[in-house]
Amino acid sequence: MAPETLVLAGAEEAPLRDLTSYQAVGGYAQLAKARALAPQEVITLLIESNLRGRGGAFFPTGRKASFIPTPDKIAKPVYITVNADESEPGTFKDREIMLRVPHRLVEGCLIAAHAIQSRFVFIYIRGEYSTEYEVLQAAVDEARAAGLLADVEMLVHRGAGAYICGEETALLESLEGKRGQPRSKPPFPAIEGLYASPTLINNVETITTIPVVLEVGPEEFSKIGVPPDSTGTRVFCLSGNVVRPGAYERPHGITVRELIYDIGGGIADRRELKAVMVGGSSFPVMTPDEVDTKLDATSLGQKGLFIGSGVVTAIDDRACIVQFALRVAQFYMHESCGKCTPCRVGTRWLVQLLRAFEHGTASEDDLSLLLDVCDRIIGKCLCVLGDSAAMPVASCVTKFRAEFDAHLEHGGCPFGADSSLDRLFAPVDQHHLAPVAHEAGI
Amino acid sequence: MNLTAEIQKVAKRYPDSKSAVLPALRLAQEEHGWLSPDAVREVGAALELTPAYCMAVASFYDMFNLEPTGRHMIEVCTNVCCGLVNAQAVLEAFERELGVTPGETTADGEITLRAVECLGGCSTPTIVAVDHRYRQSVTPEQVAAIVEELRGA
Repeated sequence: MAPETLVLAGAEEAPLRDLTSYQAVGGYAQLAKARALAPQEVITLLIESNLRGRGGAFFPTGRKASFIPTPDKIAKPVYITVNADESEPGTFKDREIMLRVPHRLVEGCLIAAHAIQSRFVFIYIRGEYSTEYEVLQAAVDEARAAGLLADVEMLVHRGAGAYICGEETALLESLEGKRGQPRSKPPFPAIEGLYASPTLINNVETITTIPVVLEVGPEEFSKIGVPPDSTGTRVFCLSGNVVRPGAYERPHGITVRELIYDIGGGIADRRELKAVMVGGSSFPVMTPDEVDTKLDATSLGQKGLFIGSGVVTAIDDRACIVQFALRVAQFYMHESCGKCTPCRVGTRWLVQLLRAFEHGTASEDDLSLLLDVCDRIIGKCLCVLGDSAAMPVASCVTKFRAEFDAHLEHGGCPFGADSSLDRLFAPVDQHHLAPVAHEAGI
Repeated sequence: MNLTAEIQKVAKRYPDSKSAVLPALRLAQEEHGWLSPDAVREVGAALELTPAYCMAVASFYDMFNLEPTGRHMIEVCTNVCCGLVNAQAVLEAFERELGVTPGETTADGEITLRAVECLGGCSTPTIVAVDHRYRQSVTPEQVAAIVEELRGA
């Protein structure tokens, strides 16, 4: 048992699904402790711990909670929405949390509800998670039957297959029974969220860390990891070409090298590391010479990288980076909600340009055009989905320029069938989409 | 099952009944197998929304089938994490075994094959959702047995 296990504590060997076994490891004791405090005191504890959002944006959790108006300031109800729409490629930590410690998530929700004086918690879980939904629903029902919910209503709401619904305002739209298209901000959800009421939105791992903060105390918690900004642990998602992929909870500050080589057993099949997808597919890729970087927001930030949802995906030397960039771009093209132009059109341009490199129809100019398209997307969209497509693609071009040049010289993919990602099918090709101007030669 | 009654029961759990559109469409799809125009009309009537509105919502989400699908659904993750460890070979093995391409249903109407984006099971690739239940670490060698299992079910 790793001593640093906090969020997954008690579930290292086997899932901790039922109420009795969760209570046997001290479950719901922190809820009782929180309810004995004034709501504002709980928010203060969260602020002192410097717990930050584990969904990708790393926003300070306590501060976010403090933005919610107190009942004396507003006549409307206030809501909590838990983002369990985990869909970022490479991310599976929320699934592990829901399957292994569902009651700790429920406890976190109830503590948060007390902190912002909310009586309605929605957990928006991605539609594909069937078993996870059942496990979580069973935990909610058990907690309700045991009277732990008190006057709080808790509803597990199932999505229906849309990556964009992980974006907080798209999630709210979806929860209101609409197409999951992001809203323009402001107003921010803390002021006008669900049903135009103040709404606190937190990721599953963030909420599940709340009982931990209360248990170890904010002062101790804020010493774990890399203070002052990256406190506590993360359930890191290790995948790709490693010997032992898995969800590993470790404090912030472990290096990518330690995670891949010491914990993950190194690169599988005696291959060499070529690149690392860090944070998720939405961010710039890491090169092998950067693997000693610590996994905390500051260390990664200094290299233009992001901690995202705690993803570390090892990519070995069999992968063609152009194919990687193409497959990433195809994902975002598929998931673009279509509401704003730079994203809707830009993701298609990226796919077509990258395909041209693969097929040998690209010219030297297309390299600068590719970066130009990225530039016309980044920071110009309604939500971050556009950036999420452009940042990894741009990083592949700048960090692996030689590979793009090799495609130009070779008149197509120089790796061919030797690449691990060769001919990888993308769901976007299951639909019949009209070509945009570039492909039609206009 | 009385679909209308079921939908209205679910709708009561939300502060605004419109929030029940997704669960209602899910119920309708479970009842009818897919979201036919009639099924969408039923959802609309139960929630006092127009069929056009319900169709606009349904068409946004990947899990709603606006065309008939097979009795069974096989969904293979082909995002990068599974792709790095040979998801393509798993998908192709299903294509050969079923004689269809991704997005198609076998001629006997039994099995629909789909490629899907990241299912969140990246530590046990390749993830294949068989009738919406995850199978982990699926290899091309296991494909024939999965198909046989469904055909026998």
